[in-house]
Amino acid sequence: MTMQLKLKNLHMTGIRGISRRWLGKAALAICSGWIFSAAAADVNTTGLAVTDKEVTVGILHSVTGTMAISETGSVQAEKLAIKQINAMGGVLGRQIKFIQEDGASDWPTFAEKSKKLLVNDKVAAVFGCWTSASRKAVLPIFEQYNGMLYYPTFYEGLEQSPNVIYTGQEATQQILAGIDWVVKEKGAKTFYLLGSDYIWPRTSNKIARKHIEKLGLKVVGEEYYPLGHTQFNSVINKIKLTKPDVIYAIVVGGSNVAFYKQLKAAGISLPKEKPLLLTISVTEDEILGIGGENIEGAYAAMKYFQSLDNPNNKAFVEAFKAEYGDNIVIGDVTQAAYLGPWLWKAAVEKAGSFDIDKVRAASPGIELTTAPEGYVKVHENHHLWSKTRIGLALKNGQYKVVHETEELMEPDPFPKGYQ
Amino acid sequence: MFADYTSAELLSIFAMQGFAGLILFSVFVLMALGLAIIFGQMGVINMAHGEFMILGAYVTYLISNLFSTYLPSLFGIYFFVAMIISFFAAGALGALVEWSFIRFLYQRPLDTLLATWGLSLILQQIYRSVFGAREVGVTLPDWLMGSVPLTETIEVPINGLFVMGLTIAIAIAVYLLMYKSRWGCQVRAVVQNRPMAAAVGINTAKIDRITFALGCGIAGVAGSAFTMIGSTGPTAGQLYIVDTFLVVVFGGAASLLGTIASAFTISQAQSTMEFFLSGSMAKVLTLLTVVIILMIRPQGLFAMKVRK
Repeated sequence: MTMQLKLKNLHMTGIRGISRRWLGKAALAICSGWIFSAAAADVNTTGLAVTDKEVTVGILHSVTGTMAISETGSVQAEKLAIKQINAMGGVLGRQIKFIQEDGASDWPTFAEKSKKLLVNDKVAAVFGCWTSASRKAVLPIFEQYNGMLYYPTFYEGLEQSPNVIYTGQEATQQILAGIDWVVKEKGAKTFYLLGSDYIWPRTSNKIARKHIEKLGLKVVGEEYYPLGHTQFNSVINKIKLTKPDVIYAIVVGGSNVAFYKQLKAAGISLPKEKPLLLTISVTEDEILGIGGENIEGAYAAMKYFQSLDNPNNKAFVEAFKAEYGDNIVIGDVTQAAYLGPWLWKAAVEKAGSFDIDKVRAASPGIELTTAPEGYVKVHENHHLWSKTRIGLALKNGQYKVVHETEELMEPDPFPKGYQ
Repeated sequence: MFADYTSAELLSIFAMQGFAGLILFSVFVLMALGLAIIFGQMGVINMAHGEFMILGAYVTYLISNLFSTYLPSLFGIYFFVAMIISFFAAGALGALVEWSFIRFLYQRPLDTLLATWGLSLILQQIYRSVFGAREVGVTLPDWLMGSVPLTETIEVPINGLFVMGLTIAIAIAVYLLMYKSRWGCQVRAVVQNRPMAAAVGINTAKIDRITFALGCGIAGVAGSAFTMIGSTGPTAGQLYIVDTFLVVVFGGAASLLGTIASAFTISQAQSTMEFFLSGSMAKVLTLLTVVIILMIRPQGLFAMKVRK
């Protein structure tokens, strides 16, 4: 693993200009390629798009339409990971070539494009999807044509497909530790649950409610607003009336901006923590739109923040900025998307083959010590073991990490007693 | 459900809730005025209305960056400059759009629907290419973001007051333009009888262009003001379009007064129901009520009597 890290660093100095080190890196890459290289027929018995020199994968996200706001970061992260892997010599000595398709924020389009990637292009893996709706739309296709999807978003759980590796958190990984933390550290007793009206916030709040009630505490309100809703004055009044200790907010998309701006305008100052606001839906990406000054003082429960202080993350942030400019921010999902290609590479190399069945069999137990979030491991249930962290939103649009679970949280997509 | 609260608390909440309804009312009027002018006076169904609003929001974003870089001392007042420039930017784009294709479609209202819907998609993609797919954050002057505490529990958001003031100012300006100016007289003449208006020497093509540009310009100002309460992204305009049409159609397409009355009814109904029911349920009930009223009274609340 130290070898891998060194190579990665070498590569990072390399992309900023051609230097002598670049030559050294190229030599290493050729060298490692030669050692691992095996004939295409041996590593690919099912007719995937693998040649002696190249392997083709797919990237399937929305770059147009309403979801482009969220999915842009994931596309950037996946491309960066692929570029870095290629610079290290590729996978089993083969350079990764990607075909990018646009899901256009439209679920049937996602299904159609995934079929094209699997049937026509015969890609060895697909990195993509963002909303649960798009994942549900492509799922039957991946299962029918036996493809492999690396799905980056934190989501509601209640799913486990042999053809998907979930690199984001399922609901319990994000929710339980966050609530435990506000109860223990901030002495919270009452909660107001708020969300956009669709499956992820509803399922997450259901889990949150069960957990809160299990702890013997009280939910004083639960409220959902249609996606894209822009007027939150009524619910803010209700919050003022019920005076909860914690506003538990799972508002998404454009509504987010409206909610936090109106919260501030209504005189609820988040840094005073009366009430305290805990969210699982606002990453650094969303803060760009909300404005740091409007959400300063809120807490978020995620597995990754751009400000995480570890060598992996420093290298990752540096490489990301070198690739996409200094002003770019990296949110939780972007990091999870970055893990996709690396996890796939590790699984392929462990299996010694690109065959989907062998990659699937090799996946559980795959460890990644180079992940920007720190160490992660693939569980039997295709989700990742990862830590939950609490971040405090700062004025500059970044989070300060104030808490981190000691142990890795076990992914539990079908939590007993929470359904 | 009120048993847990003291009467003082309840009173203040009703006051706050009433005020929330008034803010919503102002927002609706501001959104709908531009559309009411275009739809009501010209019969053009402008599906790109939201995108004209977002143009205003992006102009505000640019101006705020400009001020914070070059004129930080005047940052407190940039918002007024931004609103004026938004008006002219959106108005100019409106005039261009009218000239380039809307004017060929006046006899075919359903085709304007398709054409302007296409225009909205084009504009969205242009915003996405120019400003990026992510939302941009518009930094507001501090004085706009606070609240005025009236009593211990009643707090009035300043940006809400600002939107209300702006709405009143624009509504009065539009009233004066439409009913007290020579130009407004010509517009009404064209609406009532186009051939006759042309026959008495009114340049109807010019009137059409200015009317369309005015409607779009007001949308631009609305978009600029909404950076205070909503998001600025390529597709954010879509968030407003349904409510906007709802208000205009419910009010009676050809009547500005109807638009205001309908905005008042819908906003008060919605904010009251939001308080007693959940947000999604309030929306459902509002839409249901509007549908039922429109079934009974298809011409909307206020209809202008015109000899067809």
